[in-house]
Amino acid sequence: MPIWQAYRALIGSRARAQASYRTSFIFDVAGSTALGLVEFGEVYVIFHNVPVLGGLDLNAAVLVFALANLAFSIADIACGQLDEIPTHLRAGTLDAVLLRPLPALAQLAAGDVSMRRLGRGAFALVILVVALSRADIEWTPARSALLAVTPPAGAAIFAALFVAAGAAQFWLIDAQEVTSAFTYGSGYAGSFSAAVLPLPVRVLFTFVIPATFTAYLPTIALLGLPGPVALPAWLGWCAPVAAVLIWAAALLGWRAGLRRYTGAGG
Amino acid sequence: MFAAGFHRYSGYRAATAAGAFTNTVFGVLKASVYLGAISSAGGAIAGYDAQTSVTYAWLTQALIAPINVFARTELAQRVRTGDIAIDLARPADLQLSWLASDLGRAAYVILPRGLPPLLAGWLITGLSLPSQPLPYLLGSISVVLAVAVSAATQFLVSLTAFWLIEVRGLITLYTAFSGLLCGHLVPVAWFPDWLRLIAALTPFPSMLQVPIDVLLGRLQGPDALGALGVQMLWLGTMLVAGRLVLFRGTSRLVVQGG
Repeated sequence: MPIWQAYRALIGSRARAQASYRTSFIFDVAGSTALGLVEFGEVYVIFHNVPVLGGLDLNAAVLVFALANLAFSIADIACGQLDEIPTHLRAGTLDAVLLRPLPALAQLAAGDVSMRRLGRGAFALVILVVALSRADIEWTPARSALLAVTPPAGAAIFAALFVAAGAAQFWLIDAQEVTSAFTYGSGYAGSFSAAVLPLPVRVLFTFVIPATFTAYLPTIALLGLPGPVALPAWLGWCAPVAAVLIWAAALLGWRAGLRRYTGAGG
Repeated sequence: MFAAGFHRYSGYRAATAAGAFTNTVFGVLKASVYLGAISSAGGAIAGYDAQTSVTYAWLTQALIAPINVFARTELAQRVRTGDIAIDLARPADLQLSWLASDLGRAAYVILPRGLPPLLAGWLITGLSLPSQPLPYLLGSISVVLAVAVSAATQFLVSLTAFWLIEVRGLITLYTAFSGLLCGHLVPVAWFPDWLRLIAALTPFPSMLQVPIDVLLGRLQGPDALGALGVQMLWLGTMLVAGRLVLFRGTSRLVVQGG
């Protein structure tokens, strides 16, 4: 059986299993949509009070929000379950995963794909369409390509952060929440204008943790706006590069983590 | 139950430190967003100036763990698995022991989860806190009431598991809307009128917005006492509602297995 068929069977079975409990699936999707909705509510409330935040007007800020949220929710569907690694480590269930002839990371990701998180992704997509219809963008072929590349590159960046956070669990065990500062923190930091962040935080969430590459930097490139200090606007074209670099770092970390793993049972 | 709740959470030191770290990082991000908004508004939004709004951000990050802004699923899981039958067989009242154990948990986490974000805030942006003792006294009472309102409301939501069995989605919905309406994301005072009205019709502002406004000294004298009164009213309402739901739920409870 080709490898991809194994993954397709695995993901398909997860999707069918989750959808078969109709009522709880509906509540799960509603909950996921609500998370996106209230985060949008935060942006809405702020712009109810001010015309501009961090150099972006409402349309531009909503575009940043939508791109970041879409990317984050795709990553969350694919890799958000890596949050559960401490549970696997404590229960020793990782051993079963390691015995199978497929990469552990791919199994963990595919084995618990969370269809319920589609709610948030769908909501972000709707907001993205609205934001694009209202944004003042002079479309060129290059900018169209940039828009097409941004959500997948952003999703890859957030997914790599989940992988890196999962890898860190092999050392942290009980202190798992430390990594939320960088995964969910990036989701939050990425959905606002980076110009509001103090310079060291801006540099951290761009050049160490590439959160601003998921939405803010591509948005200023699309709109032809200048970047704030330390973030020239041309960086907006570099999200795929940032994604490749962070994936390389995350995979190195993951391999080191697996090597460190010694099992939990006796 | 209070002491048991306290001791149980005191066992997870590394987890507590990790949570405090994450709260602090989010405090930096939120303070930055608020400062950006305040400077764009020309100095103040709905009575919050730069210093008050960053203090608001740090206080929310200090209080979200004690107040459980991210709802616990533990009780709902016990209903789902049937372990609730053991709880109901105990000679202690289920609702009051849940409340007592949650207050114990909050009493333990309030310092290790609350102080690091406040310390970071003091070092990074400075804090704008009142200099008289009264706001702290009223604020402490308000925080205890906020923890109790939150615990009583989450008790009510968790017990819907008697009917729904799997309540993860409902608890996510609860976490989402309570997070916005309690003032965790942005102060309730910044809301447009229609949203502020909706918030005022829910117990959520009593869980976070009220204690912070009392601690900040924004609500003083009769206003502060009035706010504490509103909290008590919500606590009473949620306790009575929880009692009714518990009664209805246990009368139809079927625990599977043998």
